[in-house]
Amino acid sequence: MLRIDCPYCGRRAQAEFAFERALDAVLPLDATPEAAVQTLYARTNPKGWTWELWRHTAGCGAWLRLHRHSVSHEIAAVHTVADT
Amino acid sequence: MTRQRRPTGGLIDRTRPVGFTFDGVPYEGFAGDTLASALLANGVGLLGRSFKYHRPRGILAAGVEEPSALVGVGQGGRFEPNTRATDLFLYDGLQAHSQNRWPSLSLDVGAVLGAVARFLPAGFYYKAFLGKPDLWKIYEHFIRKAAGLGRPPVAPDPDSYDHRAAFCDVLVVGAGPAGLAAALAASASGARVILLEQDAVVGGGLLRDPARLDGATGDSWISAALATLTARGVRVLVRCTAVGYWDHDLVTAAERVTEPGQTPDHDGPAQRFWRIRAERVVLATGAIERPLPFEHNDRPGVMLAQAARTYVARFGVVPGSRAVIATSHDDAYRTAFALADTGVQVQAILDTRPASDRPIVTEAKARFQVMFGARVLRVAGGAAGLRRVTAQTGGQVLTFDGDLLAVSGGFSPVSHLHMQAGGGLVWNETTAAFQAGDARQNQSSAGSAAGLDGLSEVLCDGWAKGGAAARAVGFKRAPGPAPQVVEPWPGPGHGVSALEAPIGADPKRIFVDFQNDVTLADIDLAWREGYRSVEHVKRYTTLGMATDQGKTSNMIGLARLAANEGRPVPEVGLTTFRPPYTPVTLGLLAGHRKGFQVTPLRRQALYAAHQAASPIWQPSGYWMRPRAYPRAGEDLHAATLREARTVRSAVGWVDVSTLGKFEVVGPDAAVLLERVCATTVGKLSVGRGRYTFMLREDGMVMDDGTVWRIADDRYLLTSSTGGAERMAHHIDYVRHVLAPGLKAAVANVQEHWAGIAVAGPRARDLIARLAPDFDIPPHMSAARTVMAGVPVQVLAASYSGERAFEIYVQSPNVDPIWTAISAIGATLDGCPYGLEALEILRIEKGHVVVGGEIDGRTTPHDLGLQRMMNPARSFVGAAALQRPALQAPQGRQQLVGLESGEAIPEGAMLVTHAPGAAEGHVTAGGIRALEAGAVALGLLRDGHTRLGEDLVAWSPTRRLSARVKVVPPMFYDAEGVRYRD
Repeated sequence: MLRIDCPYCGRRAQAEFAFERALDAVLPLDATPEAAVQTLYARTNPKGWTWELWRHTAGCGAWLRLHRHSVSHEIAAVHTVADT
Repeated sequence: MTRQRRPTGGLIDRTRPVGFTFDGVPYEGFAGDTLASALLANGVGLLGRSFKYHRPRGILAAGVEEPSALVGVGQGGRFEPNTRATDLFLYDGLQAHSQNRWPSLSLDVGAVLGAVARFLPAGFYYKAFLGKPDLWKIYEHFIRKAAGLGRPPVAPDPDSYDHRAAFCDVLVVGAGPAGLAAALAASASGARVILLEQDAVVGGGLLRDPARLDGATGDSWISAALATLTARGVRVLVRCTAVGYWDHDLVTAAERVTEPGQTPDHDGPAQRFWRIRAERVVLATGAIERPLPFEHNDRPGVMLAQAARTYVARFGVVPGSRAVIATSHDDAYRTAFALADTGVQVQAILDTRPASDRPIVTEAKARFQVMFGARVLRVAGGAAGLRRVTAQTGGQVLTFDGDLLAVSGGFSPVSHLHMQAGGGLVWNETTAAFQAGDARQNQSSAGSAAGLDGLSEVLCDGWAKGGAAARAVGFKRAPGPAPQVVEPWPGPGHGVSALEAPIGADPKRIFVDFQNDVTLADIDLAWREGYRSVEHVKRYTTLGMATDQGKTSNMIGLARLAANEGRPVPEVGLTTFRPPYTPVTLGLLAGHRKGFQVTPLRRQALYAAHQAASPIWQPSGYWMRPRAYPRAGEDLHAATLREARTVRSAVGWVDVSTLGKFEVVGPDAAVLLERVCATTVGKLSVGRGRYTFMLREDGMVMDDGTVWRIADDRYLLTSSTGGAERMAHHIDYVRHVLAPGLKAAVANVQEHWAGIAVAGPRARDLIARLAPDFDIPPHMSAARTVMAGVPVQVLAASYSGERAFEIYVQSPNVDPIWTAISAIGATLDGCPYGLEALEILRIEKGHVVVGGEIDGRTTPHDLGLQRMMNPARSFVGAAALQRPALQAPQGRQQLVGLESGEAIPEGAMLVTHAPGAAEGHVTAGGIRALEAGAVALGLLRDGHTRLGEDLVAWSPTRRLSARVKVVPPMFYDAEGVRYRD
């Protein structure tokens, strides 16, 4: 179980968080139909460093961008989605 | 009697006898005994039968690695099968049972069968399934009888299980010499330390072998160490096994408060499940001794050398009278001395090495017959015990009488947790063992777990690793020098391993998995059949797949695979260690989450009012909602029909409090709603509302509800009960991720507002009497007023197809309104109605519902909602909805109505002729409220163009069918006349 540094609440157990999706699976509202199909159905699932969307569901509720290594589970960065 | 208790010695309390039974026979042991040691002390050496061949099973080990001595223990719901007798501490009234035998342990029919059906080869199950299907019918009877070792308990587990969380700077797993030293060193630096020990007492190998530490005996050094640790605030948990090492240094541990099968004598839990988050973890998990490969190496009486010594030193039990020692290194020589010192006749020490002049060997030669280059070929014996050991040395075959063969083929460091944590393993050529290599997390291995050998080396390593762990966390104070060790035979003793079978021995009779009855011949067969990967061989032969996970003998099998391959063992590798390290009771993982605590039960504000009317309840998400309110003599169907007819002809009221409700406020509130909802919202004037629906990102309909403009910058959105949590999440996602920066705040007010829908031709009358001066809003309009002294928000919306009003009120104030509605409603011949009547009414009106027609596969077009869609296409799902496959909607399942003179079975498939291929299905079937006949909604391929067709609703599994006509999905008041006053 990971430990995630919430920018608001500090370091908390993964049980307080919910994984939402890989960041490249976020479909912008103004996407073209082609882009929508690509984003929805052709996921990359990389081995290595990825950006992910998480949410501190059982904490402050913040939506977070996580830079995580999918093999070692190392977390290099945690930002709020607003802080880009 | 060959086995017996010694008058003195050991860590058992001879003043506290403990009574127990084994297969109904009463025995006595002492406090501190394991079941295994107590049975040995009573002369019992046969504990069960093996899985496949029903071979007799005795005691091989003295700890959790035991593969053979498995028993069932306890009664009723506390019965626990496959419990290791070596890992079960004696308690008064313990009832143990041998397993896998019939009719009795000594006379076992299965053993005869096993001898005849010699032998079920590797991959038997795979081949049985691949063979002719008819053969399976023959196999099945036999396999089902033979399947499984212990039997599961038949009653519910009465015990409670606790979950605890803990945090520390340094977690030390294992309280043997290395672990104790690590905990002492780490705590000396000031670090917060937790020390886990799976045994009932700490000390590990110090409990077995004599040594002096800092001038004290092992026992007194352990006591002093414990006192020091306690004084420093170190949490020492015994009977607590670290079973899993997860990401970011989370270690889970199972603590036995009571022993398996034991009734707790307190109100607390039977076991505790610990989640321990550590900054650094020191794995002092020790090493497990390996058996030797020879014919019938699974016989009772063959025991690991360290285990034999443990029974003598710790439990004061002599496990035999005439012993043979077979070893590949120095350590087992200690067993010869320990046994001989208690009067056991040591027949011979058979050493696989060509020669040795180490001190312990030289000393042994003076007392015992020591033979070098000697291998055990086979043993003779059975259920009654061991009789003979046959060995060869230098081409010479020798036979020894003996009832105990103490074996040791080297040691496997326990690197399970290290590997679970992502650490790599390295092959140590000298010890012929895998040991911890690179670490991926904040872990280090210490002592024999790190491949070290010799008490002094192990202890110093633990001391160093414990100190280093504390330093890494930031505790710089030096712990001082490590304890000084004096041993009779100092230095390494494990050295060489013996993994290969002796030449001339029959691989069919050499076991490499004692619990699953896997032989070397099975490994050979798997290799001949093309299995090369260790992971495949494991699954094909079941090597290492039993409850012991091959802790003792797995390496012998893997070495055999490597030998067949002609490759070195490290190239062939090791199967992956996965949690748990030892089996865990399922109830422990569940903890308190059982029975009514599995899922929360949400109660609406009117729960008590409903309960007083004794409704039939129906689960709806986490809620319980009234399904119907039957009167005396009514069943569900009669009550439903009465309630639905009352709504159509007079007035009814229903609790709609559980609907999802969101208040959206701010200058950009309408913009946010037009991102979430697929309909227009911004054009609503204040005080008006409309039907709306929301799409998923893939363009499918997700949910529906109504949206109301209750003030200039304030909207109320409702959605389905079951989808309320998902909708809350979806709105949040849109607000924070897809459309950030909008000036709109959202409050989830699902439970803040209780709601009652009043519907029927007399609904307006009822509202007028409730609020006499109220300017009653027209259909799809909203207004505020006061009812029964309570301020309310009235939304004139209808789900039933009648003129209807939803009355929303702050939840704590809803009771007087329900009471007033009930009183006035009764004078208007009205009644409360439940979900079942609601369902009939909405089917008649053709309203779709989440989970029925909105099934995650239907688009707005499929449901006939496309005309309501916002042409601006600014909402979630708009892009995906433009996919070509959804733009030319040929072959899609589309919403239709179905009519019939007979009942239409819900869920039935729609076919042209029965039997036939399904062209759609019935999503919801009901009856007409006021007229005869049945109506239903369904999804039908190209349904919109098939009106008027005659089909069959066919349910072959329920043997139901009905002829149906395809009609538009609207059976009642298509013009909406009834909404007007």
